[in-house]
Amino acid sequence: MIEVAEKREIGTITNEVRVEFGAVSENESFARMAVAAFITPLNPTLEELADVKTAVSEAVTNAIIHGYENRGDRNDKILMDCVLRGDVLEIEISDRGVGIEDVSAAMQPLYTSKPELERSGMGFAFMEAFTDNLEVRSEPGCGTNVRMCKKIGMSPWIGSEE
Amino acid sequence: MEDFKVINNYLMIRLPDEIDHHKSVDISSKADRYIMSGRVENVVFDFERTSFMDSSGIGIILGRYKKVSCFGGKVYAVNADSRIRRILLMSGLENMVEIMDAKKAYGEVEK
Repeated sequence: MIEVAEKREIGTITNEVRVEFGAVSENESFARMAVAAFITPLNPTLEELADVKTAVSEAVTNAIIHGYENRGDRNDKILMDCVLRGDVLEIEISDRGVGIEDVSAAMQPLYTSKPELERSGMGFAFMEAFTDNLEVRSEPGCGTNVRMCKKIGMSPWIGSEE
Repeated sequence: MEDFKVINNYLMIRLPDEIDHHKSVDISSKADRYIMSGRVENVVFDFERTSFMDSSGIGIILGRYKKVSCFGGKVYAVNADSRIRRILLMSGLENMVEIMDAKKAYGEVEK
């Protein structure tokens, strides 16, 4: 496993999956299980696995309840792209929902646009805390794209020097 | 499945294996039915069976806290593993929720 990793160059895509699913709350668990299964070959620690599952769950939940305003329409789709570059996981979660007017305000901890739903306002804060990098792009009326990166597993960076 | 029990004036909520937005809606509305019945003053969240929780769990706790605290009630978390404790602390819930040892909490409840 490590031998293979040593021959990899940083930046080369080593595996990828793309999943599209309906924007219904049942699929929150599907999405995080799918990503967990995708990274299993990297031997993630339990902590890393939990971090990734939490971050994915937050992003997908946001797409469902904010992007698509919780309307439960199976025609509303969420696209999840997972890419591995060596031991770095990139996850992109996109919706074609209402978008976010002010992304930096939305990313503030405790901010919620839907206080009546008892959301904690911690979604983006958790995505940020549990991954190495978070980028959010959004266009009102067009949708939102959340991109997260995280290095997985114990294999050392020096492996790629050879 | 989560389950609910009222002991004295404590509502005990045994949370499910995974707590996300999908599950949280049901848990919150069931809990509120007990709270509104008037028999409940305090709420105890038991995480014994819980292996996953995202920020929806924070929403459940915060929402119940708001409902019981205005009548002087308290909210407790028991059997929270290190990850769940971390999530509670990250969300600034340490002043609202008492994280308690399960034995101590159940002793308190059955007094």
